[in-house]
Amino acid sequence: MAGTAVLGGLRWLVATVTELRDETTTARTIVLDVPGWPGHQAGQHVDLRLTAEDGYSTERSYSIASASHGEHIELTVQVVPDGEVSPYLGRVLAVGYQIELRGPVGGWFVWPATSSPNPTVLYAGGSGIVPLMAMVRARALLGSAVPFRLVYSARRPEDVIYGDELAGYAATDPGFTVSYVYTREGPADSSRRPGRIDEPTVSHAEFGRDSDVFVCGPNPFVETVTRLLGKAKHDPRRIRTERFGSQGGTS
Amino acid sequence: MPLVTPGFKGRGRSSDPKLPPGQYLVTDFPVLSAGPTQRVDTPDWEFQVKTETGKVTSWTWESFRALPAERFTTDLHCVTKWSKLGTHWEGVSLDNLLAGIETAAEFVLVRSYGGYTTNLPLADLLGGKAWIAYRYDDKDLPREHGGPARLLVPHLYLWKSAKWVRGLDLRTDDQPGFWESLGYHNYGDPWQEQRYWGD
Repeated sequence: MAGTAVLGGLRWLVATVTELRDETTTARTIVLDVPGWPGHQAGQHVDLRLTAEDGYSTERSYSIASASHGEHIELTVQVVPDGEVSPYLGRVLAVGYQIELRGPVGGWFVWPATSSPNPTVLYAGGSGIVPLMAMVRARALLGSAVPFRLVYSARRPEDVIYGDELAGYAATDPGFTVSYVYTREGPADSSRRPGRIDEPTVSHAEFGRDSDVFVCGPNPFVETVTRLLGKAKHDPRRIRTERFGSQGGTS
Repeated sequence: MPLVTPGFKGRGRSSDPKLPPGQYLVTDFPVLSAGPTQRVDTPDWEFQVKTETGKVTSWTWESFRALPAERFTTDLHCVTKWSKLGTHWEGVSLDNLLAGIETAAEFVLVRSYGGYTTNLPLADLLGGKAWIAYRYDDKDLPREHGGPARLLVPHLYLWKSAKWVRGLDLRTDDQPGFWESLGYHNYGDPWQEQRYWGD
């Protein structure tokens, strides 16, 4: 179960863009129709292969944002201004375009859905929300009552991805809560001064030290959260991380 | 012939012969770890080699650092697609570390603080191809990159270069490690693009 790569290899599939949604000024969701898609676990990613007309080709990995549901997947791409691939995906790619991908990839940073009755805490830093959103959506799709808490760190309220959908779950599902940490600028009515995630925001005492924790974001964010969890004596075997960027890099 | 992606131009046409297929160059040093960064202090650090007969050889930080060390420059290739060329390290060659150990084993299961494991053929650790590294870029290896010491087997994808390494089990059978059990290739040669099962 854990290793979901298909025996005999992961084939390259041809996906067609069926919808594009701007989530923020710099993040865009790409809905893909992928004939032959085998399904995925929440938290897994895909490898995309982009090929220019002269045959130059490059690959990148992107987390899947959607819960497994037929042969459609959704990716949410944060445009990195000086990137080679994300500006293409975020600004050039259009409905009807085709792109090669293979997956799903990764069998560790996944929410085990039905096999896990454990309360689960998700810590998202910036676009690290994407694989965690797949977990939130998978739980909703299953109608699972497993308690979920999402702590989402963003620079400003306008940088929050999936805000309305998350508010909808929080309003209708007593088992799901979401709280925000703003690092640069918070809403006017916020009692917390803007700043990086800290001890008061990294606490989920009522979930217990053996709850499952998923942390995804820029490396400094993940380091801070896991260090504070260690200080709170959270069971390290229950903490799964996925990181991007380098040591001491900024979000 | 792969499918052309409409409107995609790309920009890296350098075709650096040091860049394996499907990889792109980075200049920073990304951090990837499956769990919390391990915090092991050198007075508590211990490294053990266990042979297939159960014989254990141990080093403390002090006795490990007393072994002949070398400085070397090598390229790193991560399965998540980035490569970093010309990185500078200092460490102890596995040839030195394993010199006095009698074994008929063909495989190794590498064990780390925190429970991480990875497997590879013993031959890939010998012949000047692998080190236990403790300095990067003329500084003590940062914890996030596996300090105080990590395995470095740069001719394979970087997940084989276990951070926070604490020991080697020399085995007559090949036991898949952490990522190797989760869909990643058992050997992981970047030049053959052996990323996942079946590649």
